[in-house]
Amino acid sequence: MAKTIEEKQYLLRYNADPKSHLTILDHNKCATQCEGQICTIFCPGEVYKWEGDRMFVGYEGCHECGSCRIGCPNDNIKWEYPKGGHGVVFRLA
Amino acid sequence: MPEKFDVIVVGAGPGGAACANVCAKNGLKVLMVERGEYPGSKNVMGGILYRKQTEEIVPEFWKEAPIERPVVEQRFWMLEKESMVSMGYKGKEWAQEPYNNFTVLRAQFDQWFAQKAVEEGVLLINETVVTECIQEDGKVVGIRTDRPDGDIYADVVVLADGVNSLLAKSLGMRKPMQNEDVALCAMEVLNMPKGKINDRFGLEGNEGCSVEIFGDATKGELGTAFLYTNKDSINIGVGTTLSGMIRSKIKPYELLEYVKNHPMIRPYIHDGESAEYLAHLIPEGGYNAIPKLVGNGVLVIGDAAQLVNAIHREGSNMAMASGKMAAEAIVKAKQNKDFSEVGLDSYRTSIYDSFIGQDLKKYKDLTHTFENNPQYLNEYIPLMNRAASQFFTIDGTPKWDKQAKIMKSMTAGRGKFGVVKDIYQAWKVMK
Ligand SMILES: Cc1cc2nc3c(=O)[nH]c(=O)nc-3n(C[C@H](O)[C@H](O)[C@H](O)COP(=O)(O)OP(=O)(O)OC[C@H]3O[C@@H](n4cnc5c(N)ncnc54)[C@H](O)[C@@H]3O)c2cc1C
Ligand code: SF4
Ligand code: SF4
Repeated sequence: MAKTIEEKQYLLRYNADPKSHLTILDHNKCATQCEGQICTIFCPGEVYKWEGDRMFVGYEGCHECGSCRIGCPNDNIKWEYPKGGHGVVFRLA
Repeated sequence: MPEKFDVIVVGAGPGGAACANVCAKNGLKVLMVERGEYPGSKNVMGGILYRKQTEEIVPEFWKEAPIERPVVEQRFWMLEKESMVSMGYKGKEWAQEPYNNFTVLRAQFDQWFAQKAVEEGVLLINETVVTECIQEDGKVVGIRTDRPDGDIYADVVVLADGVNSLLAKSLGMRKPMQNEDVALCAMEVLNMPKGKINDRFGLEGNEGCSVEIFGDATKGELGTAFLYTNKDSINIGVGTTLSGMIRSKIKPYELLEYVKNHPMIRPYIHDGESAEYLAHLIPEGGYNAIPKLVGNGVLVIGDAAQLVNAIHREGSNMAMASGKMAAEAIVKAKQNKDFSEVGLDSYRTSIYDSFIGQDLKKYKDLTHTFENNPQYLNEYIPLMNRAASQFFTIDGTPKWDKQAKIMKSMTAGRGKFGVVKDIYQAWKVMK
């Protein structure tokens, strides 16, 4: 049974667009104005990872749920859909 | 492709496919645009499909649709850390026609359901994102897509683009969503042989069971977990409001692991083989979050219109029913050759007069009450567990004394008056 997020994410089928559909508008804000960097916690795909000085966005694991679009307290994420036919491909539920 | 359609439906989920289907049945020329590789490839649900609203689009659908199991038993578990109070109903009448509801896997069901619309004459284009609605003189007259030369025109555009509805937002038909208006859910599909599922849940043949789980599953935050049986897999999931997730700093996948490893749940799912992990939002803002439903040349349906009854986990049925009502309003507007907001207004009145508007109105204070009164989850479910434990433990105490003791412990925390008030308030929002 998949226990870790890595094992869970590995189950996803993903058709990656070379261009990210998620853009951090101002990396500075993440570094200085965001206590807790909450996107690194609530994102169900562990897409956001803080790398000491900037936010890494692993958009190839995004479920396109929209939580970060709503939940980023600084409206600091430009959130679009991946190009048609790209992004996550759910096969079951 | 003809230059202009009567109707363009954006999104091929249950709402969009139902609307397109009914429009086409009434002789309208319909285009349905879906951004996923196929309908369902972006969609997630726990898995309960309701017979009534589905049947109104495709009569006797269960004879051919890719359903998993008809649900014959619905259970409700109120969890504590190492105990639970359980309730439920099982009825053999639900195992035969016309059935009550079914478990489904959406990636499969949505493809089939969209195909039924295609069979009625709908043109379906997959792998295409609608990037905006084209407006002329304050009227929506078509859509722009991410394909080259991607402009397409129609008398009416139906927004069935799901919970995030970027299109309704860009038209100014809805307010920005708040963290407490959405539930973030994470779920897994666990493969398991049919025989084992039947043994564990006490089922025969193709009968299914649904379990709604409250209390410790969400660590005190407002939300629920579920366990649904498919043919040879189990869906297990959990969700809380995004605000709750942020407040408690729980990672959704860690909460899912917590549920999977809960001693009351583990025995049902252990040694299942993970097949897929999925996350999605549910709009739970309810009645007060319903956006503007009708504009000039445009209608909003399903999750895009926030039509979900969170407490009864009804969403797909409201999406289908709203899709059908939208179609009926469009047919009427076509007869009158009036696609303005006024010409399409019968959609809005149908929604508010139907079970959708009535039910959402009835539960309109629910999320608010529970968000502001965490004692319902944090105190009363544990209390119920303790009361049940005391009542069923045979230790020589007479039952009368037990009841008195239970009453005393129930009211200890908040006092008799507080408890009565709480229960009355809970009853008022849930009844
Ligand atoms: C975990 C979970 C459990 C649930 N459990 C249940 C349950 O047991 N029973 C129940 O009835 N409901 C349940 N629901 C709710 C149910 O899933 C939704 O209410 C239902 O799917 C809404 O249907 P819809 O057609 O409005 O939207 P969706 O099913 O979300 O469909 C929207 C479609 O639009 C497409 N789209 C979006 N934007 C664009 C665009 N710009 N261009 C082109 N295409 C676009 C999407 O790809 C998608 O196919 C659950 C939801 C979740 C998340
Ligand atoms: S929540 Fe928003 S501002 Fe904060 S770290 Fe994440 S992206 Fe940056
Ligand atoms: S849309 Fe959901 S899965 Fe994708 S990055 Fe945002 S929170 Fe994570």
